[in-house]
Amino acid sequence: MNVSVVDRVVEEVFRREAGRVLATLIRLLGDFDSAEEARQEAFAAAMEQWAAAGVPANPCAWLIKTGRNKAIHRIRRDAVFRTKVQGREFASAEADAAAVLEEADDTTFGDDRLRLIFTCCHPALSGEAHVALTLREVCGLTTQAVARAFLVSEETMAQRLVRAKKKIRDAGIPYETPEPAVFNQRIHGVLAVVYGVFTEGYAVTTGTRLVDAELCGEAIRLGRLIDELLPSNPAVLGLLALMLLHDARRPARVSQHGDVILLEDQDRTLWNQAKIAEGLALVDRALNIAGQVSPYAVQAAIAALHVRARKKQDTDWPQIVGLYEVLLRLQPSPVVELNHAVAVSMVDGAARALNLVDSLAARGQVSEYHLLHAARGRFLQQLGRPIEAREAYRSALRFATLEPERRLLKARIADIDGRPAGARA
Amino acid sequence: MQYLLLIYANEAEMAGRTASAKASMTAEYTEFTKGIIQAGQFKAGDRLKPTSAATTVRVRNGQPATTDGPFAETREQLGGYYLVEAKNLDEAIAIAARIPGAKHGSIEVRPIWPPEA
Repeated sequence: MNVSVVDRVVEEVFRREAGRVLATLIRLLGDFDSAEEARQEAFAAAMEQWAAAGVPANPCAWLIKTGRNKAIHRIRRDAVFRTKVQGREFASAEADAAAVLEEADDTTFGDDRLRLIFTCCHPALSGEAHVALTLREVCGLTTQAVARAFLVSEETMAQRLVRAKKKIRDAGIPYETPEPAVFNQRIHGVLAVVYGVFTEGYAVTTGTRLVDAELCGEAIRLGRLIDELLPSNPAVLGLLALMLLHDARRPARVSQHGDVILLEDQDRTLWNQAKIAEGLALVDRALNIAGQVSPYAVQAAIAALHVRARKKQDTDWPQIVGLYEVLLRLQPSPVVELNHAVAVSMVDGAARALNLVDSLAARGQVSEYHLLHAARGRFLQQLGRPIEAREAYRSALRFATLEPERRLLKARIADIDGRPAGARA
Repeated sequence: MQYLLLIYANEAEMAGRTASAKASMTAEYTEFTKGIIQAGQFKAGDRLKPTSAATTVRVRNGQPATTDGPFAETREQLGGYYLVEAKNLDEAIAIAARIPGAKHGSIEVRPIWPPEA
């Protein structure tokens, strides 16, 4: 096999198996850094040896075995060094460690990857650390790619990773799946991290970046992995469905000029039908599992209703209102209240919706939320109160930071003024 | 691994509770402490007198300076501690969550630096 073919094969194998290999090596070797070093050496060995010997039948097992052997070799070599410098006791302890390694079972990949995910998302680590570690260690993204995705320098991201791993070592964060008593709580932590990665990629930032689609792709991949490791979990199914149904609309969300296209104005022929089909099937499964309904499943069900409508006029708004009411009971939040109000406006009219939004505003704490002002603007416009609507849009503009959203708000104001969108507001 | 579990609470709020609430808390602590002793996790633990009884000492340029009160004014104050032996952080967290004070204040879980080999 020629060198460039080998390189490509090894790269593909890395993408697919890097997380799995690392997870098992961490269990065998006991810490991230040794495991990462061992994995690196294993992949380097693969580059050298697979050209001549061919790709092994089970590349993952080969890499783990090779990584482990390299680590054993290093331990023995260090033991020899220590004997020469510090005496016999260290040497025998390390030789024992090497022997234990040789006997250890390296076939339970599934459990290892789950352990790795739970460790990367441990509540004792910061939110930033969760995302950085998960993308780097579980998804196998390079530090540079993770840095790019979060708009920080590679140096900053590298330090974030170093600090996180140091916390794992210093505080004794175990490399384990959580005890049953805290399992559900911890799983929700993991799903929140995955959803966080997805929304980071899904939020419209300045223009459309390729890395945004990649982030959504990684989040979906993570969702699928967790589903594989924890089958028939309604929250996992719900989240995966939600992500797929959102991602299916990606091609229709942003115009060529980087403008936001709202759901109601999207060209539905651009939606990805394969993702929609998969998402719809998952929602059905999630909602049919007995027990407490997952908020992710409810959100996915709402997304499903939007997506089932061939044309926007076919949208089943009354059902959507009902689902938002379920969501409000499960997971109340200002965003959910706003979305509920928008749905209500489609069923009961803008006046009732405006009352709901005003009562949310009156409760305080959300006065700087641009979407609240934008929603008020919209309802006021629908009620034929353009002056007040304009005021509301101007308030929204004060707090909106993302360029595409600002352009949309300015366009709304321009509409009211009867001007073309490009003119000064 | 050993961990120091530092029990923080707002002293004023704690002092303002009813006598029966305080007695109840004391009973819970007795129960809790017995439990971790039996489980072999307890190494040490004490209730501290309030920050009104605290004194802070600093030595700068060879000069000791002593001031009345805790090292800093904080919203929650240190009220007690446990030194525990736990397999890993998850076990230490599980112990901390059962400390009666966790319901009212905060428990900081700090790993002890292992003794030099």
